[in-house]
Amino acid sequence: MPSITYVHPNGERQTVEVKSGTSVMQAAMAEGISGIVAECGGSAMCATCHVYVDPEFVEHVPDVQEIEDEMLECAASERRESSRLSCQLVVSDEMDGLVVHLPETQV
Amino acid sequence: MVEAKTDSKVPVVDKDPFDLGILADPFDFHEELREAGPVVWLEQYRLWGLGRYENVHATLNDWETFCSSAGVGISNFRKEKPWREPSILLEKDPPEHTRARSIMTKVLSPVAVRKLRSDFETAAEKIVDEVIQRGEFDAATDLAEAFPTKVFPDAVGLTAHEREYLLRYGNIAFNAFGPRNSLFEASMAEAPEVSEWIIDKCRREALSEHGFGAQIFAHADQGEITEHEAGMLVRSLLTAGLDTTVNGIGCALRSLAANPEQWQILRNNPSLVRNVFDETLRYDSPVQTFFRTTTREVEVEGVKLGEGEKVLMFLSAANRDPRRWENPHDFDIQRKATGHVAFGSGIHGCVGQMVARLEAEVLLSALLKRVKTLELTSEPTVKLNNTTRGWAHIPVSVTAA
Repeated sequence: MPSITYVHPNGERQTVEVKSGTSVMQAAMAEGISGIVAECGGSAMCATCHVYVDPEFVEHVPDVQEIEDEMLECAASERRESSRLSCQLVVSDEMDGLVVHLPETQV
Repeated sequence: MVEAKTDSKVPVVDKDPFDLGILADPFDFHEELREAGPVVWLEQYRLWGLGRYENVHATLNDWETFCSSAGVGISNFRKEKPWREPSILLEKDPPEHTRARSIMTKVLSPVAVRKLRSDFETAAEKIVDEVIQRGEFDAATDLAEAFPTKVFPDAVGLTAHEREYLLRYGNIAFNAFGPRNSLFEASMAEAPEVSEWIIDKCRREALSEHGFGAQIFAHADQGEITEHEAGMLVRSLLTAGLDTTVNGIGCALRSLAANPEQWQILRNNPSLVRNVFDETLRYDSPVQTFFRTTTREVEVEGVKLGEGEKVLMFLSAANRDPRRWENPHDFDIQRKATGHVAFGSGIHGCVGQMVARLEAEVLLSALLKRVKTLELTSEPTVKLNNTTRGWAHIPVSVTAA
């Protein structure tokens, strides 16, 4: 199973193993990782599951779609080039080892 | 009432999900449905039913197999003429749906919604102050109806008069997703008059310059949609945006009044206020059901569904599935309630959900600041509809904080 590492703003790292087909948001919710709120449950409506994809993995994640792009503009923390909504990042075997950084705040 | 078909392993459910008694108190039926199997055959209407969280969630997220363009009610638009011009949002699939959805996502974005907060707060404080002075009131009509009926049409840009038509239209549209029972017939009888009023209010000229309505028409000015489509999107807002929040807020107030210990937990920790609403939507889902139609033959949990067949998703049953939720029949405002499917999920997930959350948060916060105890004075009366669940009357008494 692919693994994902979540890095908190204080540098603390949490690594979880997830089934392919699960989103990075769903995996965080299942593991109770704080720092991801995901109020809308994965419909790309709330911008509260914002993450920064580690530079090393930016090339390995699927492209941002139009609605996600709109929603990232609404995120509470600064939008960067590496910004993604974790509900839209569906994990595949190729993404094994993915590292995402959590923003300071989601709301 | 549940028996296995002899020619297959598919459980057959004979009960009518739209029976008025079941609509009034659906939870035992939902349990029967969930426990019968992951996919059941609803004999009364000869279509498929899903009651478990995993299957409902998966179906909502597979629009390519389970489409919306044949209607999200029991009626199959490929075979029957719809009662109204189909919604370009709710009753369409990509790519057409994506275009409309993208516009609504912009109009109803979290940033746009944040701008509404202070107006909503002012309105909530005024309404709550008034009812508290009375001590005893009807939380359904005096709060759950009064507040959204004030703030939501204001946000859309509607004039102040005749707003009772909005609630009537919502009631008609949600009854129309169901079968031709007494609720459906009564709604159809008033549909022509109410529809005419709604269509008139969806015109550019009928809307204020600053609301959501005007912002939708601005996208028509950009050439992204036609003038007619802009009016259709305003209709979507007015159909889906009021009745649902009235019911959702009513369900929250009913659940809090019926569970005084939860009210006290909330008083001690007001930061739970947004979670109260999500837990309410899970526990007493305002939108109970939606249909999809298969676009191809598909196997679900070992059951073969043919092409062009209707599938009824019981959102409310999924939200109380013990496979997904611990103690699902408890109203527990401290549980992590996000992930419920009361707003749907996937590309058709409720586009107005951040407005709904703001309305609930603001109203409950105003109440919380002013009220020490909130209790039922007699049994609430349920409001019957083929799709939505809500309360007609919630008699309560409050003591000021």
